[in-house]
Amino acid sequence: MNNTTYQVPTMAEKAAAGESPEVLFWVGCAGSFDERYKAVTLAFVKILNKVGVNFAVLGEEETCTGDPARRAGNEFLFQMQAMSNIQVLDGYQVKKIVTACPHCFNTLKNEYPQLGGNYEVMHHSQFLQGMINEGKIVLKGGGDFKGKKITFHDSCFLGRANNVYEAPREVIKALDLELVEMKRCRSKGLCCGAGGAQMFKEPEKGKKDINIERTEEALQTGAQTVAVGCPFCLTMMADGIKNKEKEKEVHVLDLAELIAKDQGL
Amino acid sequence: MSSLPQILFLLILGGAGYLLYRRISYLRQTIMLGKPAARSDHPGERWKTMALVAFGQKKMFKRVGPALLHLVIYISFVVINLEVLEFMIDGLAGTHRIFAPVLAGFYTVAINIFEILALGVLVSCVFFLIRRNITKVPRLSSAELKGWPQLDANLILWIEILLMLAILTMNATDQLLAYRGVAQYIPLGGLWISGSIQWVFEGMSDNALLFWERFAWWFHIIGILAFAVYVTYSKHLHIFLAFPNTWYANLEPKGKMPNMEVVTREVQLMLGLQAAPAGNEPEPAEVGRFGAKDVNDLSWVNIMNAFSCTECGRCTAECPANITGKKLSPRKIMMDTRDRAEEVSQNIKAGKKGLDDGKSLLGDYISQEEINACTSCNACVEACPINIDPLAIILEMRRYTAMEESGSPAQWNAMFQNVETSFAPWKFAPSDRFNWASEINKEEK
Repeated sequence: MNNTTYQVPTMAEKAAAGESPEVLFWVGCAGSFDERYKAVTLAFVKILNKVGVNFAVLGEEETCTGDPARRAGNEFLFQMQAMSNIQVLDGYQVKKIVTACPHCFNTLKNEYPQLGGNYEVMHHSQFLQGMINEGKIVLKGGGDFKGKKITFHDSCFLGRANNVYEAPREVIKALDLELVEMKRCRSKGLCCGAGGAQMFKEPEKGKKDINIERTEEALQTGAQTVAVGCPFCLTMMADGIKNKEKEKEVHVLDLAELIAKDQGL
Repeated sequence: MSSLPQILFLLILGGAGYLLYRRISYLRQTIMLGKPAARSDHPGERWKTMALVAFGQKKMFKRVGPALLHLVIYISFVVINLEVLEFMIDGLAGTHRIFAPVLAGFYTVAINIFEILALGVLVSCVFFLIRRNITKVPRLSSAELKGWPQLDANLILWIEILLMLAILTMNATDQLLAYRGVAQYIPLGGLWISGSIQWVFEGMSDNALLFWERFAWWFHIIGILAFAVYVTYSKHLHIFLAFPNTWYANLEPKGKMPNMEVVTREVQLMLGLQAAPAGNEPEPAEVGRFGAKDVNDLSWVNIMNAFSCTECGRCTAECPANITGKKLSPRKIMMDTRDRAEEVSQNIKAGKKGLDDGKSLLGDYISQEEINACTSCNACVEACPINIDPLAIILEMRRYTAMEESGSPAQWNAMFQNVETSFAPWKFAPSDRFNWASEINKEEK
């Protein structure tokens, strides 16, 4: 039993108290609403609490970054979302943002500056790697994970889109785990099938679903854990594993969940 | 000696030059059907990209086998064309191997190097023909290559084989003539490759040898000139366009979509973020189409991409949609773009309606089903050895579909509505967005 009381301060509360937090945790829509993925949000918030990061979230003031609308072609809707989000962010004078969602990450980092929103944006894998390197998170290793095989599924929007390949791997290596790569990894990583707003519609007609193709590759590694760094990848890979009836043996976990488990949070 | 061959050579050279000039102007006009695009920033980085990716073939080496074979042909193309300089001077001045006395011993070394490279090209082309026609590498024998693309690919390989055979035949007979003391022919003291095929010609008379030597010489030079013109009709244009194509490639992170300024202005007005334009500001130009329906809605870089594509299919082989049997093929997107651009350009040239011929790139060449299947994962962009960007074209077509035709898939329209009304792509009450936080001190093992 963990007796710590975790805090989830909002920007509004911080502002009312005359404080400006060091970093804004951008939760994202999946992080706020998706039943499974909310666990990742909780895990990450617990880590932030444990490390003592001065953070806040937007709470009800947060809205979709507009990424799926833009990728599906609706530039109007994207810009509406982006501009109102920028107003909120600038209203709180946000400088630094961390998010667990690579789609939010890509949009906030690369596309908001086009509309006047300039922030230092980090993916939580980079943030966690930084915490580990600075010694703020000291991993225990051993326990549940010791010596077990793990594979990492690259998110397209983190990897190819933004060239972040090593941060998530560094986090995994810091745990006492054996990282086994899939045949298609890093810049050659195969998409989970959800990018480009595919998450929100049925796939086109074909021989196979993309997440099944990717799941088969992940299972071939013999890993007991498939690590991901993206809410859509998590859904797609977990669905794939269920489809293969392997959900008892193989778990799909986000990087934050791995760290939180190691820390007993 | 009569100067007839020199006059003939001059005529052929002039004719080829004229044809090339016309073809290059035509290609330029066709590429310029596209909209302007600002792609001249960071010249230093652009030169570096071109040096590494086009000149240095960096991305080819993701697949080592074909990369090595391709490298041999590429180096040979550059090096053997030095010899064409001598061909030109000899042809115009009526001389024979004008550099031989000047370079003396080094000339023999150079010709030997050319011959080794020529043999390398021969061997590589044979391997490529086998991969394409016998072992049928999947990406080189898929349905979209049926007809002209497949024939084009094979023709290029056969033409290169014939050109290399001509060089070796020419050198073999030339040296036999030299050792027989026939006037004008200069003994070079041992050419290894062509020397080893001299036995084919040894029994021939001097006159027969002269015929073969001259035939091979003319075949080689006319062949090269004809090939240069042919290339402008072919996927083989990549040998030239790979260079500007990499220079003008996107330098931004691959995940970043270009912003639509016209939309920004309207949204700013709508949100009251901007006062109506002041009197001294130029009126924004007439708003064209949102996104792309036809080639003229794309940028000239997109169209140059299409003309640079050599249809190797590395993009399609990496495309998750294509791998799992969907209709989308990034290579086909590029081939369609080129075909449509050529169609429009030829229409215009023939004085016909050009773009208003009742057809368009999206609809008549590329279907909604294809563009809807894309996951925007950038695998195609990453895979392209010369930095072609099929994703940019797909996303522009999605913009046209969503904003001009409201023709997006129903589930996307529902998602748009959710974002508009619930501020999330799923239909949840916005006031529930922060509910997760109340669970943080509850859930325990």
